[in-house]
Amino acid sequence: MSHHQLDARRLLCPMPVIRTQNKVQGLAPGDTLEVICTDPGAHHDIPAWCRIHGHHVLESRQQGHEWIITVQVGASAN
Amino acid sequence: MSTPRKAVALISGGLDSMLAAKTLLAQGVHVEGINFFTGFCVEGHTHAIRKKDQEKPKRNNALWVAEQIGIKLHIVDVVDEYKDVLLNPKHGYGSNMNPCLDCKGFMVKKAHEWMLAHGFDFIITGEVIGQRPMSQRKDTMPVIARESGALDRLLRPLCAKLLPPTLPEREGWVDRERLHDFSGRTRKPQMALAEQFGIAEYAQPAGGCCFLTDVSYSKKLVDLWTGRGTREYDFDDLMLLKVGRHLRPRPHFKLIVGREEGENRFMEGYRHQFTHFQTVSCPGPLVLADGGALSDDDLHLAAGLAARFSQGRDAAQVDVQVTDKTGVSRTLTVAPLSAGQIPAEWYV
Ligand code: SF4
Repeated sequence: MSHHQLDARRLLCPMPVIRTQNKVQGLAPGDTLEVICTDPGAHHDIPAWCRIHGHHVLESRQQGHEWIITVQVGASAN
Repeated sequence: MSTPRKAVALISGGLDSMLAAKTLLAQGVHVEGINFFTGFCVEGHTHAIRKKDQEKPKRNNALWVAEQIGIKLHIVDVVDEYKDVLLNPKHGYGSNMNPCLDCKGFMVKKAHEWMLAHGFDFIITGEVIGQRPMSQRKDTMPVIARESGALDRLLRPLCAKLLPPTLPEREGWVDRERLHDFSGRTRKPQMALAEQFGIAEYAQPAGGCCFLTDVSYSKKLVDLWTGRGTREYDFDDLMLLKVGRHLRPRPHFKLIVGREEGENRFMEGYRHQFTHFQTVSCPGPLVLADGGALSDDDLHLAAGLAARFSQGRDAAQVDVQVTDKTGVSRTLTVAPLSAGQIPAEWYV
């Protein structure tokens, strides 16, 4: 299990979701991905995308103008 | 029972594609959604930028639809490929810069490629005959099927009964009798079907599905091309067309003036790509200059405009810091332009 990071700052929705989706495609179940975004919409969209695809949001927190969302890749990835 | 056939559904986030997908789910077909991001989609962008809109809840409608009906959704970035659709539409434009018929053909073509790559059997869309003047007419339905290459693997569940049977119908993968015969601009049959499915909430986009159907956005896009003397654009251009006031005081440059804090912050991310202006003797917006080389006169004119939109608009003089693309700054002291000095034609 490995931990990864994705810088999605300054990207507007749905780009943070697209980047997350594309990154997760290369990860294994159990891996974690920390996504940093500035579009507040991402903190609705990334969890919604995770629910649909069976991934888990471990944490979603706001830090100043940034949102940091940690996703764990689900068992039946993608 | 044999394994269910697999359909990929074009999901826009609106009601029609939601109902089309739901219709096939009700027949036991395995459905996954696909959604294309062209860069022009009206998806929360301006909402995300403008500060006053940030408190409002927002969501990606396509994701929301997928979650409501319980399907996976694959979002595909087609920004680069879409350029050719927008710049060279074989079938022309609608009332604004919307190349709807070519756009539909392109999306179905991309869905068809995805279908082949992922071992799916056919494609469904929420198209309804007569719903849209340009792209959803009886005579355009076969055009989309043909030009996309999807041919009779393209099924429109909401109006299938009005069209010749497609492969999924002929093969018995879906029951044609349980598809629909919707046509025209009325929304009543869709609303009735939504009720039957227990769908109480859905997005009702006011215009089309993208900024290209918007008059003022289309004007700004055409102005961008005219100003550059070439119909080129990149992703950043598209984003910047969605923010700020746009003024073109001279043919070779235009100014983008932030209207509020959220826009200014968003534009800050782009300032290194442009000569930019910021009032320093009083609070004011960030102003980006997009265009060719700026003469001293141009710089003074732009600074005067930046001062006009600042809190120092009534002052005799305002200090404006000008920074070029290499990061070199200097301060110009200018008189703010009066309202009368800004002709209406400057506003794009
Ligand atoms: S409104 Fe925009 S996204 Fe929709 S079909 Fe027309 S060009 Fe394509």
